[in-house]
Amino acid sequence: MLYNEPSPLETRVLTRRFGLPNSASLATYLANDGYQAFLKALKMTPGQIIEEVKISNLRGRGGAGFPAGMKWSFVPRSSPKPKYIVVNADESEPGTCKDRLLMENDPHQLIDGVLIAGLAVDAHVGYIYIRGEYRYLIDIMEKAIAEAYANGWLGKNIQGSGFDFDLYPHTGAGAYECGEESALLESLEGKRGIPRIRPPFPAVSGAFQAPTVLNNVETFCAVPPIIRDGGAAFAALGVPKAGGTKLTCLTGHVNKPGVYELKLGFPVKQMIEEVGGGIRNGKKLKAFIPGGSSCPVLTAAELEGATMDYDSMTHRKTMLGSGGVIIMDEDTCMVKAALRIMRFYAHESCGWCIPCREGTTWLRKILTRFHEGGGRRTDIDLIGDLAKNMLGRTFCPLGDAAAMPTISIVEKFRHEFEDHLDGKPCPYEHATHLVTA
Amino acid sequence: MTFSPQLEARFEKLLKSYPPGRERSAMIPMLLYAQDEVGSVNDAVVDEVARRVGVTPLQVNEVLTYYSMLHRKPLGKYHVQICTNISCQLMDGDKLWEHACKRLGIGHKEVTADGQISLEEVECIGACSWAPAIQVNYDFHHFVTPEKLDQLLDSLRKKQ
Repeated sequence: MLYNEPSPLETRVLTRRFGLPNSASLATYLANDGYQAFLKALKMTPGQIIEEVKISNLRGRGGAGFPAGMKWSFVPRSSPKPKYIVVNADESEPGTCKDRLLMENDPHQLIDGVLIAGLAVDAHVGYIYIRGEYRYLIDIMEKAIAEAYANGWLGKNIQGSGFDFDLYPHTGAGAYECGEESALLESLEGKRGIPRIRPPFPAVSGAFQAPTVLNNVETFCAVPPIIRDGGAAFAALGVPKAGGTKLTCLTGHVNKPGVYELKLGFPVKQMIEEVGGGIRNGKKLKAFIPGGSSCPVLTAAELEGATMDYDSMTHRKTMLGSGGVIIMDEDTCMVKAALRIMRFYAHESCGWCIPCREGTTWLRKILTRFHEGGGRRTDIDLIGDLAKNMLGRTFCPLGDAAAMPTISIVEKFRHEFEDHLDGKPCPYEHATHLVTA
Repeated sequence: MTFSPQLEARFEKLLKSYPPGRERSAMIPMLLYAQDEVGSVNDAVVDEVARRVGVTPLQVNEVLTYYSMLHRKPLGKYHVQICTNISCQLMDGDKLWEHACKRLGIGHKEVTADGQISLEEVECIGACSWAPAIQVNYDFHHFVTPEKLDQLLDSLRKKQ
């Protein structure tokens, strides 16, 4: 089901079947171009499939934005080892709730995309790693997979093509870190979700130490439209270096929060005002996070002329990330926001790398003290320095993910930290209470 | 130790889902599914899963302590998980959490005296656009207000 009204400003490519009766069923999928892309891909060479994905300018939708076609081309097809397709459905970046909808409303589109990836790299087995909290999606995927097997879209000799593929859902059990590709692979092997050192990258040595294509749910779901309508058509929807649409999750202080499929390059202001219905209660925007809590925050002034795409956000020293947009109005306490974000990373740090394990915990303690009114003036620089010392010093990006928003909040909202000094209770929280009292 | 026929069938399927010799991959799903049936990952579950995937109980313990959804002690019949992460906090998820603690008289990872309801302050559960969000066992509830939460807790109590 859908949890918010669609917007007329959406460009519905991946979500085009959402809202159809029984949209999760094979019958609905087949009646609406379902598996046509896979049938077309069967007649293409692996090189042609990968080329089409490259032409589409599809970039990874999990957060890092790595070009998908290039990732696929790194898999050594000639390797004697079996190859695997792994779907990252561990969606847990704060602010992000989109992959859930893709699996819930159109699970066969995901299977279609996985099959095409299988053809491209000569893989015959795939796993969908679904976060444990999404139990209902395990049921939905199991049902869709069973239906696909029963009708010859999975299993041996798919549709008489001679191509075999087996697909299995796999549940996680609560760990943000397992959304990181190498930790996910460890978890898939029945271990603690601790990152692996790279290289080798998963394309060469991934699941079970064999070549593996590992992409986000949304990335795989973009593949059927790309193959069906051509990479160029998909590329044309976006901006020069990033094709297609992005499922964008509007969260926080907007009138119409929800998940919307928008063309890459969609203007941020229009997204907030028209898609999101503006800031609630007629308030002003204070801070904006484009793609999940790992991204540096932007101020309202920095959003002038900004568009929702990788380059526009990189240009502003932040990231498009996962598309989890977090919108904070003028009454938000940025120290409290920084603290909540750090509490999360301190909880989720797997403990493998010391700068991350100690850094997140130390920062959590300082920010807690600060927000409670026990902060010292020297703490403000200490927070920034500590965070900067975590950057680039860990196996996986969790350390950076904790540091980057923190550094940006200290730099851009230093006055809010100063307002908390001298044992004052949080001035922002206080103001909110007075208004609502 | 034996489980329900449905769970046994699920385990059988799981153990065949991974390459030969890689049965250990089934460990985490087995622990979570067993916990759903048994109520916790107790010593018997640890031993049984270890035996079935071919590792030592110590190796199972080492893994299960990593995952926040796996727990060694039973929680309430209804496990109420309230997200207070950034998107939910902005929509007063933190106040919802305080309200729930006060109303039930229990805190983080605690169980009511009758064993019916437990509480947990959780990290992002992937319902950010419909915040504040909670999960009761595996069921999502979106746009939860203190009033809605009270009604929900009352209905859970009545279900006893």
